Formats: sequence, C-alpha cells, structure tokens
Amino acid sequence: MEPRTAKARVASGLIAALVALIAAAAISSAQTGTPPTPIKIGFMVPLSGGNAQNGRDILNGFLMYLDEIGYRAGGRKIDLIVEDDEAIPAVGLTKARKLVERDEVHVMAGALLSSTGYALAPYITSMKIPMVYPVVSADDLTQRRRSEWIVRTGWSGSQPNHAFGEYAYRTLGIRSVVTIALDYAFGWESVGGFERTFVAQGGQIRQKIWVPISVHDFAPYLAQIPRDVDAVYALLLGRSALQFMRQYQEFGLKGRVRLIGGGTTTDEHVLPFMGDEALGTVTALHYSAALDTPANKAFAESYRTRYKKIPSYYSESMYTGGKWLIAAINAIDGRVEDRQALVDALRRVKPEGLPRGPVELDEYGNPIENVYIRRVERVNGQLQNTVIDMFPRVSQFWNFDPARYLSEPLYAR
Amino acid sequence: MAERSATRAWRKPVIALLVAFLVFSPPFLSAYWVGLLTQVVILGILAMSLDLLIGYTGLPSLGHAGFFGVAAYGVGVLSTTYHAGVWTSIAGGFLAGTLVAALFGLIVSHVRDVYFLMITMALGMVLWGLSFRWIPVTGGDNGISGIPRLEGLIGLPASGPVPFYYVALLVFAACALLMALLVRSPFGLTLQGMREHEPRMRSLGFNTWLHGYLSYVGAGAFASIAGIMWAYYNGFVSPTYLDLTASSELFLMVTLGGPATLVGPVIGAGAIVILKNVMSAYTARWLLILGIVYIVTILWAPQGLWNLGQRRRA
Amino acid sequence: MARRQPEVVVREAAGTRQVIYLVTQTLNGLFSAALLFLIASGLTLAFGVMRIVNIAHGSFYMLGVYVAYTVAARTSSLLAGTLLAVLVVAAVGFLMQRLFLRRFAAQPLAQMMMTMGFALFFRDAALMIWGGDPFTLTTPRWLAGSMEAGAVVFPWYRLFVILVAGLVGAGLWIINDRTLIGARVRATVDDPEIAAAMGINVARLSGGVFAVGAALAAFGGVMGGPILGGYPGMDFDLLPLAFVVVIVGGMGSLKGALIGAIVVGMIDNFGKALVPELSYFTLFAPMVLMLALRPTGLYGRA
Repeated sequence: MEPRTAKARVASGLIAALVALIAAAAISSAQTGTPPTPIKIGFMVPLSGGNAQNGRDILNGFLMYLDEIGYRAGGRKIDLIVEDDEAIPAVGLTKARKLVERDEVHVMAGALLSSTGYALAPYITSMKIPMVYPVVSADDLTQRRRSEWIVRTGWSGSQPNHAFGEYAYRTLGIRSVVTIALDYAFGWESVGGFERTFVAQGGQIRQKIWVPISVHDFAPYLAQIPRDVDAVYALLLGRSALQFMRQYQEFGLKGRVRLIGGGTTTDEHVLPFMGDEALGTVTALHYSAALDTPANKAFAESYRTRYKKIPSYYSESMYTGGKWLIAAINAIDGRVEDRQALVDALRRVKPEGLPRGPVELDEYGNPIENVYIRRVERVNGQLQNTVIDMFPRVSQFWNFDPARYLSEPLYAR
Repeated sequence: MAERSATRAWRKPVIALLVAFLVFSPPFLSAYWVGLLTQVVILGILAMSLDLLIGYTGLPSLGHAGFFGVAAYGVGVLSTTYHAGVWTSIAGGFLAGTLVAALFGLIVSHVRDVYFLMITMALGMVLWGLSFRWIPVTGGDNGISGIPRLEGLIGLPASGPVPFYYVALLVFAACALLMALLVRSPFGLTLQGMREHEPRMRSLGFNTWLHGYLSYVGAGAFASIAGIMWAYYNGFVSPTYLDLTASSELFLMVTLGGPATLVGPVIGAGAIVILKNVMSAYTARWLLILGIVYIVTILWAPQGLWNLGQRRRA
Repeated sequence: MARRQPEVVVREAAGTRQVIYLVTQTLNGLFSAALLFLIASGLTLAFGVMRIVNIAHGSFYMLGVYVAYTVAARTSSLLAGTLLAVLVVAAVGFLMQRLFLRRFAAQPLAQMMMTMGFALFFRDAALMIWGGDPFTLTTPRWLAGSMEAGAVVFPWYRLFVILVAGLVGAGLWIINDRTLIGARVRATVDDPEIAAAMGINVARLSGGVFAVGAALAAFGGVMGGPILGGYPGMDFDLLPLAFVVVIVGGMGSLKGALIGAIVVGMIDNFGKALVPELSYFTLFAPMVLMLALRPTGLYGRA
C-alpha cells in the first residue's frame, strides 16, 4: 500500500471517528434530564488575546470571593463554569448559549467589552436569565437599553466623570482642558460626562483629540497640545495608558501641562508598570486599591497574597459582584431555579463590607456609589492611587432628574 | 485535475454520513449543538465561496470576510434603523455585499498571487476601518443589535434553534448546488484553467481579467448570503465580522479543509468551529493548540484534509 | 493643591506653531520609518529569497521585546537584553525555516499557512509564559529627556532610534552590495535555480536570511521597547503596517523597504495629525493605490 493511500485511509477513518464522537457527545448531552443540586453560575470573560489580563483579573476577584465562602451559598454547593469570550461578541453569544442551554446555569455573570454587553442583552432578556455585568460600562445598558434581567454592579462610563468635571473646576482650579481619549463609546462617554459638568461650571474644552484604539505612538497627537492650556484630560486603558504616560513625559509635557484623566488611565492594572512619569496624575473612579478602609485593606492584602499583584478595579469588580450575587442567592434561600425571584433579589440586596464602599442599585440597575478622586503618589517605594477626595452616593444621572437626563442623547464624539 | 482512483473512494461514504448527520440529527440534539451546526453550515457557505476564489481560480484572498460583513451590516442597518421588512433587508444586504465586491473587483482583478493577497488584505482592512468609523450608520465598536428573528418573518410556524437551522441548511444546500454547477460549467472550467496556467488561457483567447473579475464578484455574492444568515443567527452585527482575524480564520478553513473541492472548506469550517468551542471548555490554551493543529495538519496534509490521496499539485 | 497658571498667557504666533508642528511631525515620521524599516527589511528579504509571506513576522518583533524585557529585568542591562533577544529570535527563526518551512519550498501557500499556525502558537505561548500585563523597557539614562531647539521638543531616544536604524540600513546595504554573501543573496533573489547551479547552498542561505530577518524584527521590537513597550496582541498590530511598507517599496528590495518605510511613516504621522477621522485609511490607501497602479512596488521586481 503506498503511503498516500494509507494516509487517505487514516484520514477517512479519523473523519468518521470525529463525526461519530461529535454525534455521540451531542446526543448524549441532549439527554441530560435530572435537575442538578449545585447552584450553577455561568461566567464569561476574555481569557485570550489582548484583553486576557483584564479578563483574568475579573475572574480572579470572583474566585477569591468564592474561595472565601467555600463555594457554598443558600445551603447549596456552587458550580462555577468559566468560558472565554475572546472579546468577540459573536463568540460571547455562542458561549452564552452554551452556558444557558447546555450547561443549564442558573445565573450568568461577566463580560468585559461594551460590544459584548450590548450583543448579549437581547439574548439574556429573551432567555429570562439573570446576568450580572461587573465591568461593562456602556452608559445605555442601564438607561434606554436597560433590561429587566441585567444588573450592573460596576459603573457607567460617564458616572465618575460627572463628579470629576466639577472637581476639576472647583477644587483644582482648572479652567481650560484639552481632552485626549480613545475613539470609541467608552472614550466619548467619559469625556462627555466630564465635559458636561466642567463646562456647566464655566470651564472650557479647547480641543478634543480622539485616538484610534489601535494607537501606540502618540507623537502626532501630543504635538497638537498647546502649552498654555490648564490641563490635559486623558482617557486610556491598558497598554495605551502605559505608552501615553511614557510619551507624555518624553515630549516634555509632564512638567508643563497638568495631567488629569479617567480612572482607567492610572488603574492598578497598569500603574505598577509605570514609572515616575505617572506621579501627580489626578483621576476619578469608583475604586482605588489604596482606599484606606478596613474592608478594602483586607481585600487588597488578601488579593496581593494570593495573586502577587495589587488588585485593579477589574479584580474588585467581580469580588463585589460575587458578594452581590451570593447575597441575592442567600436572600432567596438558594432557590435559584426561581429566576424572577433571583433577579428581584439582585436588585434589592445591599451587601455590606464591599472593598469600594457602600453601594446600592438605582431603579435602572446601575450602582449608586462613591466616586474617589485619586492622585498617583509613591508610597513605600510603590506607585498607588492615593484617595484625596470623595463624592458620596453618585448615580449614573449625577444631579439630574433621570427622565430629563434620558430625554437627551447619549454622549457622542 | 482530480484522479478518480480507488484511493479516494472513501470520500463518497463520508459525504453521505455527513449529509445524513446534518439532515437528520438536529431534532435529537441539544439547542447548543444545533447552534454549533448552524454556525458550521453558515460558515460553510462562506468557506465555499472563498474556495471559488482560492481553489478554483487560484486567487488567494485575505479579505473575503469583508463582503460577509457588509451584507450583515446591510441587514442590520435596514432592519433596525429603517425598520425595513425582512425581504427588503435581505435584498439590501445581498446588494450591498455584491456591489462592494463588484467595486473592489475592478481594483484587484489584474493582480495575482501574493499581490492579490496583499491588496485583498488591505481592502478588507479598509472595510473594517469603515465599520469602526462610520458610527452614525454602523454603531462603531458597539455594532448594531436588535435584529429581529428570521423564522417568524419569513412565515415559519415555529421559531427557535431547530427551525432556524433547517432554513440555514436549505440555504446552504441551494448555495452548494449553485456553486457545484458553477465549477463544473464551462465558466468554472475556464477558471480552473486560469489557475493552472493563465498565460496559456490568454493565448487561447480567454479574457482572464474578466473571468477573474466575475469569479471575485460571484464569490462576494455567495459570501453576502452567508453574511445575511449570520446577522439573523446572532441578532447583531459587529466589526469583528470582517476584521483581519475573521478573514484569516476563513482562509485557514479553506486551505485546511482542502481547496478546489467545495466539500473540503465545509469540513474545514466544521472542524474549526467545533474544535474551538469544544477545546475552550477544557483549556484556556486552546489558541496554542489550534496553532499546533494547523502546523501539524499542513505538514501532514499540505493540500488540505479533503485532498488527501490526490496527486500533488505544483 | 491647585496650581494656577499665570494670568499672562503666552500666545505663540500662528506661523511659528505651524513650523514647530511640521518639524516635530517630520521627525516623528522618520522615527516611525526607522521602526518600520527594521521590521519590514526582514519581511522583504524573506519574500525575496524564499517567496515566503511570513505571517509570523510580527511574532518575531513581539518575542524580541519580551525576551529583552526578561533579560534586562534579571541583569539590569538593556544591552544584554538586546543582544540575547536578537540571538534567541534569530535561532527561533532559523529553526522554523529549516525544520518546517523548508519542506514546502515550492508551495508558497502552504508556507504561508504554516506561518499563520506559528503566529497563533507564538501569540498564546507568549501569553502563557509572560502573562498579559503590558510593559515598557526603561529608557537608557544617557538618552532620557528631550532635545529642545527653540520651541521644538523631540525626545533624544527617538533621534537615537533614527540614527541606529540608519546605521543598520547602511550596514545591510554594504553587506548586500559589497560582500560575497550579499552577492549570493542577490543571486538567489534573482533566480534560485541558477544560483543553486552555481554552487550556492540555497538551503543554508535561506535559513540564514530568514534568521537575519527575524533578528532585525526582534531588534526593531527592542528599539521600540522604551516607547511602545510590549503587550499581547502587538504581533498583529504591527504586521499590516509592515506589509504596507513591503508592498509600497517592492518585495525583495532592501532599498524599497527603506523608501517605503519613509513614505509610510510620513503619511501615517501626517495623516493622523491632519485628518484623524481617516486614521484607519491613511495607511491602507497608499498600499491599495500602489497595488492598483504598480503592484511590484517602487523597487520590486515582477
């Protein structure tokens, strides 16, 4: 028998075997009938590709909490099923279908990108399964496009920036700003929120620079910043924040023009990798790893011991999200099969001892929480986001009446 | 050309098995598996359309997901922003994708080989940039969601994964039949002649530019059909439908499955969809394994899985 | 504590601002060109000698900066990091070509697909080994800070990169034009069969050229390290750019890689500055134009 024929036979055998295996797996999985006793939680974040680290942070926060409670709630064991959504919405939907329809989870949690958040919403709503979004910050998901079944335990993009706009004008004395932000909804909503309150106080946004998400060299943009402006507001995240900080100093802007920005620009997922160029940057977010409260100190210490790095807001997001979910499960005595009761409980509960401080949900499913103003300082040889001020009980609508707020369009470019 | 030798007699029974599985198994499978098979079938249409280009015409396109995406966006925009009816949306999507192919075809049809690869890659990236930037129309990074369900709109009594699957299967069968007829027609034979030795075809009097152009547009049209189905399957459209990763994965489906067979690319699509989904449930390292699978498969079957046993093409 | 800006605000004359802008953008265009040249030169050589379209070329760039990071962290020496990065990646490239790609010397499509597989493999392997945190290399202290000529501010390090790339380019040109090995490479690019008939060991030469190309990409990664750093996904971020350079310059031509890099670097920088809305297109427009009008590029061969 010549090698090619042998190969062909092996190939046909393999293909047939593959098909048979798949058929068997598919058919057998269709025959599961007995309701399982553990509580099944379906969890989905990017675990591969460029957002893998942030996804892992979110997962780690959750795992740490589940470990603390021994994977038990409402008198039942907890089964966590984790899937990778690759930061691609279509993959997220496929994994959601798997978790909900094949693994028959009782509740879902996760998602990182807003695009995934928007893509999943119709499916989650149609399947009537509760889902917790710990990080997805697209404003509209708890505004015009809110769903009864989706509860956000994180934040909305414009939320801390409303507070920050006022702070920048009143306390920092800034009158003119040039914004430089990533050119997608997260950037528009952050800048939009800042602009709204800053301009209302009397400030002026001289120029809005938008950088593509794939940016790595900021030189063409940094050269456009006039030296006589009071401050630069920067909204970046991940490696772009790191690169920006480095290049901001490179081009001599560091000492000359004050740098402020959205919280993700100096969040702890990138802060440890920055150097002195980040010192003095003032940002606003609903969390800081350096927050000096007993609950946060315990959390941060625990996280640092377990994962050998300081927690980022991603890490805290699903630690709090986890606490929220478990509190809801406990509130209904573990009867997670009653999905309506679970989602109602999610909206009702007010767990205490959260690392970021007191949180309660508004009627639209978004947290009302503290916004911390932080400044990057070096303490004990390490960079941290020292909390220098705080706005308590900030909602996604700031001081506006929700109906009036919603009648106006979303923040855009 | 194909050798009808005993070494490839295994192909018929395998096809029969696969067809039987695709037609008869879904009512017995869980919704999740029906969903995966739906993906295989829709991406199978897309992979076959690319095979027209790579396998039959010898034009390696690395931007083919572009037409898939444009058609999907057509459906998305028409059915949500303009609240158009289902047939209008489908027609609109199809026209959008095919017209873009007709336009791009004018620019690409005179180059070959690696230059064709590069220019199609660049055009694919241009389309991706457009889907990202043209925010009023495409919604940018967030995409467009809220596309209504297809089953009810086209008059089916039942709605759900299984009915949708059969609609997709029907569309797949129709496209497969059309493409099979196309490649066996005189036009298709000319394309294959072009693939083998273009100067000779030209000297025989064939207008190879026109043939290349028509092949490109035809492939784009079939890709558009796949895009329409994909938009309805997911209920949303996103720039990830037509980025470089999507086009590269598609390219791999065709070349791994076996170009110039139409069946091979479908097998490639199936293998990749199922591998990715099954593997990622067990390991976070599925991408690494996928890379190794590609390398090993190419070492072992450089002409693609379905072409095993065939005399090596130069 | 709020620090208020002085009431008297200095307004630069509009004309001076334009000139400053022009000078800064031009310099940065050259910096982009420098990095692009380092990456694209390897890519164009691989194609010229072996007709390989190396999808894993961005992976070499990525591995370069990652290896340099690890070595520099252990030894506190950026020089050691650079050296080892270049050597390690060159070895990886050499093995990849000799053990895997060489088997399909006559099938460019299969070679390309294999490089795709390697790209995925390297990408996830890097994530597995180094984790997903982004990082930057520390700028050497003697290059820190920026040059200030009047109102023009430009970082010293970037000027250094331009210089180094220029030297590398000159070195490559000398080797290509004036040495025996360069002649052999040129002969192989021209006609591999005749070259083999003349006694040139095409197999070993191919492996060597591929390794050198990989080394150049790695070197580019390290050079960009202090400014652009390393992060997961950087391999595919820069790859399309490198392809644009190679197409515009002409596949197989080092001179083309240089000119192409300058053209692309300038268009990219000025495009981003002047028409930011079209930033995704400013790169691909020249490529499409070139392919539509003159597919072989400025200096390529048919």
